[in-house]
Amino acid sequence: MNKNKEQLLNKRYKAEQRFRLYGLSAIFMALLFLTIFIFKIFSTGYSAFQKTWLIVPVTFDAELMMLDQNPSKEDLQDADYYDIALKSMADLDPNANEDQENELKRMVSYFFEKEIKNKLLNDPNLIGKTKEVYLTASDDLDQVFKGNYPRDLPEDQRRVSDYQLKIFDQLVANGKVESKFNISFFTNADSREAELAGIASSFMGSIFSILVCLMIAFPVAVLAAIYLEEFAPKNRFTDFIEVNINNLAAVPSIVFGLLGLGVLLAIFHLPRSTPLVGGITLSLMTLPTIIIAARASLKAVPPSIREAALAIGASRMQTTMHHTVPLSMPGTLSGTIIGLAQALGETAPLILIGMVAFVNTIPGSPMDPAASLPVQIYIWAESAERGFVEKVSACIMVLLGFLIIMNLFAQIIRHKFEKKWS
Amino acid sequence: MNLILFTFIVLLGFTSYYFGRKKAYTIQSTKKRLTALPQFYGYYLAIWCAIPAFIIFSLWAIFEPTIVKLLILSDYSNQGYLDDELNLLYEKSKALSRGQFTGEITPFIEASAEKYLSLRSIAQSSKVVIVLSAIIASVAYAYKRISSNSRTREPVEKFLNAVLFTASLAAILTTVGIVFSLIFQTIDFFKVIPLFDFVFGTHWYPAKAFVRDSSEALDPTMYSDTFGAVPIFAGTFFIAFIAMCVAIPIGLMSGIYLAEYASTKVRQYAKPLIEILAGIPTVVYGFFAALTVGPFLKELGTSMGLEVSAESALAAGGVMGIMIIPFISSLSDDVITSVPQSLRDGSYAMGATKSETIKRVIFPAALPGIVGSILLGVSRAIGETMIVVMASGLAANLTLNPLESTSTITAQIVVILIGDQAFGDPKTQAAFALGMSLFLVTLCLNIVALRVVKKYREKYE
Repeated sequence: MNKNKEQLLNKRYKAEQRFRLYGLSAIFMALLFLTIFIFKIFSTGYSAFQKTWLIVPVTFDAELMMLDQNPSKEDLQDADYYDIALKSMADLDPNANEDQENELKRMVSYFFEKEIKNKLLNDPNLIGKTKEVYLTASDDLDQVFKGNYPRDLPEDQRRVSDYQLKIFDQLVANGKVESKFNISFFTNADSREAELAGIASSFMGSIFSILVCLMIAFPVAVLAAIYLEEFAPKNRFTDFIEVNINNLAAVPSIVFGLLGLGVLLAIFHLPRSTPLVGGITLSLMTLPTIIIAARASLKAVPPSIREAALAIGASRMQTTMHHTVPLSMPGTLSGTIIGLAQALGETAPLILIGMVAFVNTIPGSPMDPAASLPVQIYIWAESAERGFVEKVSACIMVLLGFLIIMNLFAQIIRHKFEKKWS
Repeated sequence: MNLILFTFIVLLGFTSYYFGRKKAYTIQSTKKRLTALPQFYGYYLAIWCAIPAFIIFSLWAIFEPTIVKLLILSDYSNQGYLDDELNLLYEKSKALSRGQFTGEITPFIEASAEKYLSLRSIAQSSKVVIVLSAIIASVAYAYKRISSNSRTREPVEKFLNAVLFTASLAAILTTVGIVFSLIFQTIDFFKVIPLFDFVFGTHWYPAKAFVRDSSEALDPTMYSDTFGAVPIFAGTFFIAFIAMCVAIPIGLMSGIYLAEYASTKVRQYAKPLIEILAGIPTVVYGFFAALTVGPFLKELGTSMGLEVSAESALAAGGVMGIMIIPFISSLSDDVITSVPQSLRDGSYAMGATKSETIKRVIFPAALPGIVGSILLGVSRAIGETMIVVMASGLAANLTLNPLESTSTITAQIVVILIGDQAFGDPKTQAAFALGMSLFLVTLCLNIVALRVVKKYREKYE
């Protein structure tokens, strides 16, 4: 009898321990996913911040460039750089036949002509001389140099030929291949060529959308929260507004995309693919988030503040505007920033209103077509070229960086400026 | 032009605030008592200055294009043009007047373009005149009205109250906008495709509707067996089910652990870390699922002799589950912590271990709240878009094998609407019909979940 009891007790203690272990392993799993996730993104993405350059000697032959003696600045602008560019690449292997010359040309980006031109424009004295110029390597060689591209595949399965590899290895051996910080990733717009593609256009698109979103959502949400928390009578209609807000907070984001498409584009004829429409759509989506945060922080202001103001003769509006609202601002602001961070990461509604268009210019206003950072991630992730994989991860790193900064900022505002009442 | 006028109105508003306050000070200096603080006299005047002007301004912006269009097209009435042709004519002359016209310029269009320009300039100048005279009239009226015994605070506060009330209508307006944008397209869709075929049909090939020549008349028989949404609905719920299989055990267990077992220190670090998972944009999860999890599962399956699609439902659903973990864990954490301590104490006093208390006392007490949090998680899983678009298949496939690829409502909406859309095409309308069903399903889930959670909260507060 006693032994039985002990066994039972032991069993119960074991069950206790098992249960505890399940809980611990659940937390461990969640954190493991997070770690794998971040590790994966960083390990594929960090290399995109480096860019491979080939250092190629270029002879600035005035004849080949169709330049006269003492050319003016305009002449230099209009000169023909294609031939010298081609020739300098072909000169990498003096014995190359025509096919091989073509392959040599494809070792650098199609931008190489312009890079040579810029070199000369910066230093017009180079005419007739030979000078080494940094040329952007093609994205395949870039990947080879970073070790992301399997070299042991059979030749017909890779995009780099044996010949290109041979020349490239020679260049590497001579120290003519250099890796530098990839500035163009931050200054270029999107491009079909992975080695030239950058996030500038989508970054500006994101900034414009977020600004439009902030300008619409913040005032409307704060005013609505003030009304609902401080002035609204308790009746059916107020309840209805409240149900609406809570529901909107949980409506799938793609439905807001359909709203943008069906109302903003089809009825109001706002320009497609622009951050303006994107921002309005996102603002409708963030509205409930900000309203809920603002109401919570208005509610957190103790009634004694209101009573004190009312007692010395302030009207309800004065009490609210001069005392309650300023005191609730830290909470409201941090809720707004969190709402904006959500909007910044949103993709689906922007796809529906056409912000997935290929944009190779940097937008200058919210009325210009643009992509946004998350949409750029989607566009690049759908692209088959290997060079884009690291770009996607790098773009994700930039996006996550922004989200982290915004969330930290929200935390700081909350902790630094929020008054503790108890 | 509009911008200048707008800035001007705002500037005038500020000036009238200043004058209103100044008048109040003058009244004060004559030793008369004011009925409100001097600022209110300023606000009163500023509101009178700006609001009529803005109302006229926006009415003008709404009606000007329509009136100009009517005036221009009145030249062509009784000439037997169709409405569409008239619209085209109007657009052409507008483009020509802006210098953006590239087609053939006929004398008609040129004349209309000139008329358009002159009408526009007349409209602009008369707008300025009317707006300015409205400002002068209303400010003069208001300025005369304010005196020592006139009320200014009450009207100003009433106005502010009205502004606040209008802002609170934004939420209703958004809901109305959603329903409005969905319902017309959906109704049009069901005029072509019978509701029965949509809800019970098992073949979904919207691409078939796309090859249709736009000049052809709509022939309903052509679309039979094209828009059967069963595979889509099945795929949506299937992927959501897989996601919940991942999210519920992990989310619930970590919620319980955080609420009941974890020391304050562990809680302080683990909780925000898990919540990071909720802050990661879904497109990032999609990339992760498509590029890492999908190929990994495929390789794993091949090594075990199974045939796994690279776009398997398992990959999409599994990653979606990871995304939902924090929603369930923090909501159930909140719910469990709000169970009164007396329940726990009672259970311990009877000699129950901690896990027994949790399983037999706290869990049943917290069940409504936990169900609510799970329902919210399901609603999120159903509405999730980017993960499925990127990681699961785009072809609708009626299957219950998690290793094959399926498609979901959200993925189909994106597939149909990405790129250019032609409104009036059954394919586009199908996307809106899918959006409508998505909205309705999530709406029901949300309402039930929110109600359950609210009821639960009230029980213990």
